[in-house]
Amino acid sequence: MAVIQAAGLTKEFRLGFRRTKALAVDQLDLEVQEGEIFGFLGPNGAGKTTTLKMLMGFIRPTSGKAWLFGEEIGEVRVRQQIGFLPESPYFYDYLTATEFLAFYGRLFGLRRDVINERTALLLKQVGLESSGRLQLRKFSKGMLQRIGIAQALINDPQLVILDEPMSGLDPIGRKEVRDLILQLKERGKTVFFSSHIIPDVEMLCDRVGILVRGRLHDIGRLSEILETRVKYIEIVAARIDHDAARRVDYLAGKTTATGNNLLIRVPQEEEVEQALAIVKELKGKLISVLPVKETLEEHFIREAQKER
Amino acid sequence: MMKLTAIAYNTFKEAVRDKILYNLLMFALLMIGGSILLATLTVGEQSKIIMDFGLASIDLFGVLIAIFLGIGLVSKEIEKRTVYTVLSKPIGRPQFLLGKYAGLLLTLLVNSVIMTAGLYLVLMLNQARWGHSIWSVEPRLIEAVYLIYLELMILTAVALMFSTFTTSTLAAIFSLSVYVIGHVSGDLMAMSEKFSGDALGYLLKGLYYTLPNLGQFDIKGQIVHGIPVTPAYFFLTSCYALVYIIFLFVVATMIFQRRDFK
Repeated sequence: MAVIQAAGLTKEFRLGFRRTKALAVDQLDLEVQEGEIFGFLGPNGAGKTTTLKMLMGFIRPTSGKAWLFGEEIGEVRVRQQIGFLPESPYFYDYLTATEFLAFYGRLFGLRRDVINERTALLLKQVGLESSGRLQLRKFSKGMLQRIGIAQALINDPQLVILDEPMSGLDPIGRKEVRDLILQLKERGKTVFFSSHIIPDVEMLCDRVGILVRGRLHDIGRLSEILETRVKYIEIVAARIDHDAARRVDYLAGKTTATGNNLLIRVPQEEEVEQALAIVKELKGKLISVLPVKETLEEHFIREAQKER
Repeated sequence: MMKLTAIAYNTFKEAVRDKILYNLLMFALLMIGGSILLATLTVGEQSKIIMDFGLASIDLFGVLIAIFLGIGLVSKEIEKRTVYTVLSKPIGRPQFLLGKYAGLLLTLLVNSVIMTAGLYLVLMLNQARWGHSIWSVEPRLIEAVYLIYLELMILTAVALMFSTFTTSTLAAIFSLSVYVIGHVSGDLMAMSEKFSGDALGYLLKGLYYTLPNLGQFDIKGQIVHGIPVTPAYFFLTSCYALVYIIFLFVVATMIFQRRDFK
């Protein structure tokens, strides 16, 4: 079942005194299936947050539609099954962490004993068990991000939507959040999160969508997105006389000497045969043939630059 | 219902943990207490002076709290971006507004009770000072406070409505204007008759009919001078307040429902 669905979702803002149009999200089509971790990747200002805000019903789409659990967005009832963490969240800083979680628990209509139980569990999960009685105004940025994640999970949601969940966290905190997201997946939850931190997305996501200037450029499994783009093929051979290799015209500019080995970079798959024949001719020993794929980062930067 | 009370209680808690509230409350109590000094300057009518001064203080500080906390009810949630987490929960926007409103009304109620208790205490001390029974203080002060509270309910709704679509500063200016104009409602009508037929006349008449007539909630004079106020008057002003609050709330909800939180 598709937990999140969007069809032609578009948001146009009117900016400034002259009401000039600015297209924040342009004809977005998207489907997120139950139980998957979906990473929504894009540079700053790509429209990630706007998309999430539309899904949560904070802003109305200019055109297009979207559904959560099959219900059109804006339905209050459907939020019973959703956990949401906004970007750089600000909270009621006069509340203590425990009061804060209890407040959100009550908004879900949870019973007091359930709230108490979940609050204790979540504070532990996000590493704030010793700060339960501290007012949020005394929290650091990282602690606020953690308590924000905790409030998103107070209702044990089926779908968790996180806007930049790793921002403001140190490496340890980021790892903890990654582990938490993986735990959610293990328990069958769907996680949809936006980020511009590529390694996080690479490590976590089943599928990614790359949003650039409001348009979805790529969507699919990471392996699918990157598979088709082999940058070059790397052939490593040993026992080749480097001087002899230098005399072969074809190899000009394609070789690097690494210790006793010779590294040959072939731009296209079709040329591999030719390179291998040369290796054989020079009486070299073939060690490896490895297609080098584009990393997500390179892909992302290329997509982002296309739009400029 | 539980969700609504959660919002209301949280709003109450926010006000209670806010220093502004204590400053205003302390100042109000000092004013009420200070009226005893003022009263000593006069001959005979001490308790009337204290009552007049005390009720005026309850009114003034109530209005300040209603407006200055009221304007932040929604706009602060949007400016501080707390609205995103609250409205991502299964709670409708009208419910959210109603909860915020109820929370501030609770705050105002607690404040009014404390200030009224303070006023009674000062009056009793004054009675004791002159050798009168402390139980001989005017019981009808409650009637005046009741109408002041109704006025505060309207003003809070006004501030809430402005706060759904504009910034705190503008909402403060608008709400204070409504308060001031609301107290000179009668003059508006008189002025509109002078300009009858003119565009200005229509404008003044329009203002007279749309803005709340707050003068009718002021019975301080009657209470202090022992002039009776009929039950029918209380009933009618209560109905007026209720209708006006519902009207404001419907407008606020309509604006808030349509609003984008960018």
